[in-house]
Amino acid sequence: MKPFAYARPADVAEAVREVAADPAAVFLGGGTNLVDHLRLGVATPDRVVDVRRLTSREITDTGDGGLRVGAAVTNSELAADPRIRAHYRVRAPAVRAGASGQLRNLATTGGNPLQRTRCVYFQDVTTPCNKRFPGSGCSAVGGYTRYHAILGIPAALPDPTAPETCIATHPSDMAVALAALDAQVEVLGPAGARTLPFPDLHRLPGDDPSRDTVLEHGELITAIDLPPLAPSARSAYRKVRDRASYAFALVSVAAVVDDDSVRIALGGVAHKPWRASRAEEILRGRPLTEDAVRAAMEAELAAAQPQPGIDGGNGFKIPLVTRTVVATLRDLAGEEL
Amino acid sequence: MDADLTLRVDGEAHRLTVDTRTSLLDLLRERLGNTSPKKGCDHGQCGACTVLLDGERVLSCLALAVAHDGAEITTADGLAGDGELHPVQQAFLDQDAFQCGYCTPGQICSAVAVLDEVRRGWPSHVTEDLAGEPQLTDAEVSERMSGNLCRCGAYANIVPAVQQAAAR
Repeated sequence: MKPFAYARPADVAEAVREVAADPAAVFLGGGTNLVDHLRLGVATPDRVVDVRRLTSREITDTGDGGLRVGAAVTNSELAADPRIRAHYRVRAPAVRAGASGQLRNLATTGGNPLQRTRCVYFQDVTTPCNKRFPGSGCSAVGGYTRYHAILGIPAALPDPTAPETCIATHPSDMAVALAALDAQVEVLGPAGARTLPFPDLHRLPGDDPSRDTVLEHGELITAIDLPPLAPSARSAYRKVRDRASYAFALVSVAAVVDDDSVRIALGGVAHKPWRASRAEEILRGRPLTEDAVRAAMEAELAAAQPQPGIDGGNGFKIPLVTRTVVATLRDLAGEEL
Repeated sequence: MDADLTLRVDGEAHRLTVDTRTSLLDLLRERLGNTSPKKGCDHGQCGACTVLLDGERVLSCLALAVAHDGAEITTADGLAGDGELHPVQQAFLDQDAFQCGYCTPGQICSAVAVLDEVRRGWPSHVTEDLAGEPQLTDAEVSERMSGNLCRCGAYANIVPAVQQAAAR
């Protein structure tokens, strides 16, 4: 592991200044992803700035029926909070579906959405990867693609040698729920504070796969705000994985149903938590019958690009994610109000 | 680059100067000679390095020691008191809940924390009634212990061991 200086500044503002001033500095939260990356050589900072004890570790009422979750609140604390359990049924199950008890005790609310892809090639420093080493190419194309994207990638078979190619997925469960809930992200940066809608936090690879989010260097998530859910709203999270527990999602679905509207976010299918806006639009004001949901998902997935691979590829995700959305909405439609 | 820190490990205070890169796991094993937490994968995937950090179970391989200055750590080695095994340790013996034993200290630390989490009413992914107190069914034990792999496959006896300890 490359040597690094460790700093624990007095407050959040100082931490932001310290990271913003040094291109080779990074923030440290719970460390569950960063420490592994330090060891693997995926992350090679000169300076690690510890913010775990600086940001808020409290969940507070925002006054309008919503909740503000401090960035240092652990995944375990979040999932156990009685208010989260009672009102945000999509949120708590999503958090409990992730990782293991030991990891959820360390992982934080601010850090979880910023964890990086588990693409095996990204984590293997001996292979080309545009996300880890911009311009080196993408080893995942035609490789092991079971956990890779089908949405948000170009129509033509991606060119493994092109610098913009990346078919990685975002691995967080919690982020999928936050996208469906239209949460807000509170950010502090060298230029001050700003708030952005959670669905806009993550980005598609575009021309720079090395960037997972729209955050600038030195910007820190200080809290995540959960808007109030109408008392009539119902929500759920469903995750499909290779083993029943302690595994990343092949696909996952977060859904919020209220009166005539439905919000759907998909995990395991794209470089970011994928809001199924097209399907949402088609389903607005319509009864959530199986046929209607299937038709909406067909439209949503019309541009999907299943990837071939040495493991048989990931074309199975198209029917799998469709069936998972159908099952999730069927459960919600049948749920007693 | 070095940093100073203090830790309490199994009731004993330590003052150390460590390389900033040192994981809590390496500090425990290599600096303090406490070999009860095991290095299985060193990537947070197996649970063999599980310890209690300020009372909560964590993976010591993914914790930088410097980030936990002032913490209170309990390893499986520190669970027994006055020559008597911890109820979870006794249950693992009674139920023959291990074969090679390599994952066992991590399993035991994890199980101790699971019982505490259930007492506090923390739900798990398989908890059906989120409003009520979680019932420690076998499915609940399996889900809550899923972060601790046993490559001998002693799970069939680990679940009864956790149940035995829970019944006390």
